[in-house]
Amino acid sequence: MTFDERRKQAISDWEALQQSDKPHILVGMATCGRAAGAAAVLATIKEELARLGIEALITEVGCIGMCYAEPLVDIIKPGRPRISYGNLTPETVKQLIEEYLVNDNPRPDLAMGTIGEGSVEGIPELAELPIMKPQVRISLRNCGHIDPADINQYIANGGYSGLIRALKMTQKEVIDEVSKSGLRGRGGAGAFTGFKWERLWEQPGDVKYLICNADEGDPGAFMDRSLLEGDPHSVLEGMLIGAYATGSSHGYIYCRAEYPLAIQRLETALKQMEEYNLIGDNILGTDLSFNLEIKEGAGAFVCGEETALMMSIEGKRGMPRPRPPFPAQSGLWGKPSNVNNVETWANVSAIFQRDAEWYAQYGTESSKGTKTFALAGKVVRTGLVEVPMGITVGDIIYEVGGGIVNNKEFRAVLTGGPSGGCLPASKLNLPVDYDSLTQAGTIMGSGGFVVADEDTCMVDMARYFLSFTQDESCGKCVPCRVGTRHMLDILERITRGEGQPSDIDLLERLATTIKSTSLCQLGGTAPNPVLTTLRYFREEYEEHIVEKRCRALACTELIKFFILPDKCQGCMICLRNCPVDAIIGDRRMVHIVDQEKCIKCGTCMDVCPDRFSAVVKVSAEEIEVPSEPIPVTASRPATKKEDAGETATND
Amino acid sequence: MEKSIRERLLPILEANQGHKESLIPVLQKVQGELGYLPEESLSEIAHFLGLSSSEIFGVASFYAQFRFERQGEHTIKVCQGTACHVRGAKRIMEAVAQELNVEPGGTTADYKFSLEQVACFGCCALAPVLVIDGQVHGRMTTSGARKVLEDY
Repeated sequence: MTFDERRKQAISDWEALQQSDKPHILVGMATCGRAAGAAAVLATIKEELARLGIEALITEVGCIGMCYAEPLVDIIKPGRPRISYGNLTPETVKQLIEEYLVNDNPRPDLAMGTIGEGSVEGIPELAELPIMKPQVRISLRNCGHIDPADINQYIANGGYSGLIRALKMTQKEVIDEVSKSGLRGRGGAGAFTGFKWERLWEQPGDVKYLICNADEGDPGAFMDRSLLEGDPHSVLEGMLIGAYATGSSHGYIYCRAEYPLAIQRLETALKQMEEYNLIGDNILGTDLSFNLEIKEGAGAFVCGEETALMMSIEGKRGMPRPRPPFPAQSGLWGKPSNVNNVETWANVSAIFQRDAEWYAQYGTESSKGTKTFALAGKVVRTGLVEVPMGITVGDIIYEVGGGIVNNKEFRAVLTGGPSGGCLPASKLNLPVDYDSLTQAGTIMGSGGFVVADEDTCMVDMARYFLSFTQDESCGKCVPCRVGTRHMLDILERITRGEGQPSDIDLLERLATTIKSTSLCQLGGTAPNPVLTTLRYFREEYEEHIVEKRCRALACTELIKFFILPDKCQGCMICLRNCPVDAIIGDRRMVHIVDQEKCIKCGTCMDVCPDRFSAVVKVSAEEIEVPSEPIPVTASRPATKKEDAGETATND
Repeated sequence: MEKSIRERLLPILEANQGHKESLIPVLQKVQGELGYLPEESLSEIAHFLGLSSSEIFGVASFYAQFRFERQGEHTIKVCQGTACHVRGAKRIMEAVAQELNVEPGGTTADYKFSLEQVACFGCCALAPVLVIDGQVHGRMTTSGARKVLEDY
């Protein structure tokens, strides 16, 4: 069969699926869906369909990005728009199947929104929801809509038409098209993709390597995982276009081992490409020959750095080397090479399925197109969102993300992971693009976007990131190996309440030196979290050092737990739950925390009933308590309501 | 009679004889077969790939994935990524460590559980997360984590 015949077949199959007279059920089965219990939901759906004798089509799809509402199930009934349902459990999905498919009640109470033409009473349009409305889905175009294990569904939705278009152009024309789109590397550094390709194309020689960096190491980011799990062909098509443009014969996808499902999806996709003559020799009957291999990472953050990544593919310790020579001159096994990130490749295929002008209409002057962010932390709607560059930080958090959990106060947003920085409330109006973020002291990074609230200590946050980069430093260059160790020691000292007034200066000096003298960008960016927190949250450092106080009540050594004698009911709950027997007291006797024994785990505060709220957490403060248990004097609170809003006890 | 380490590794090693660049995939397969990388396995790999044992140990010890000690029947990985950290991963780790009476990175005396901390599983939207034998448990609490352990 020729590719054109296969394409026609794929389209007619897809249309038949859309117009099927059977109900069509889509279940989000990406890792995030599975973590929320999608497998049990899917099993219940199958059982219910069998029990009710209903014939339905089931498709396992990737993640649509609304992770906060996982598990997600979409149902398309013949003649009705597709309805997305969220937060399902085996119990609710059981009701839903019977009521919607048998009794025709679409259960608006369980629905998130409708997709496509037509409306259903009581259910909003999904695209109009605040989380979806600001989004422009280019790299995530198919995620959650197609079966990632079926190449035909990708082809029916325009897949591989970008490759066919590119193959009709000259190599230089393809590179110019990428340059015209303004696409910049989505892995974080933001180099112009067209520029990088041209450097590789210029190089003489038959053997050139193309690499897809899927070593998503930022702890707090999951764009690449979701994309590979939900639409692997969009990435692979981008690589084929790159292979043609640069004259590369061989490629690698370097994927971290923590993503087994992504690796499985890639393996399936590669098998199907082989069958369709989309990989190997003379692809689609042209002169293009390209072979692709998957390399599994082994757990090293530094391997996200391109020269370290290539060392790892060669089977060595993943340690970076100085540039120049740049990979385009001498990369993998000394041959000309180019590395691009997963999301970059998916954008390439989108650009060629449409064109460069269409792509460049989105974004800002210097940062074109869209960027996918992994919205996580203390934000109401966590998930994966793809927004045009130039949207403000505040819009992402408040419009798309729905604000802060439990209406707490916004403290900071952490972009770019351990290489990025923390932006305060005064930066909520900052447009999200490569240059604005760099000016503010952080980086775009790969798309991690973790929101912190008032309970997050910014000094501890800096310590957390430094302990990560310190641990992941490969040890090759001194500034990174020794410098980050010293910075971490100082930060640990400060969070323990043993900081010196001179520590802030020392941190700044170390940070500047490490930034300018490290061999690679792991060291070059490692001080960013410290520098940004010093820039925007300096008073918190000073409080830790001078007052020995942690305002977020997060630094264990600087906090104490007390049981309020006028509130304690002597109920014995905290006393029994304390893992170190640090609470003394008896039934109807006021309990007391033995500060010597207390490990500050917070269990007492968690278990103290809300209506008593007798446990408090304080920093640089003492609360007067009896020296030994005395009889309870507090009157028992009458209702739960009366106590609501008093001293916060539970997180 | 129980197979020797060499016998168990022979299919993996013969398929990669002399392929130095395959060292990492070979280490992954060997660990998959044995559960960890005992010293004897490193010298076997050295022999078949044409590298020295020290080169192999150098590579294996560089990557977080490789283990040099016998692991428990079940592996519990508690995510310590940024999103999990902000949402209280430290307390989840403390609760699990206390429940099993083992330090992070260690294995219980009865070899039932190994406890590890991992940088990120990419399930940040469901933070905090813990993973037991590959099964991801999202939106964890300290009591939720203790409950999950009861099933093992």
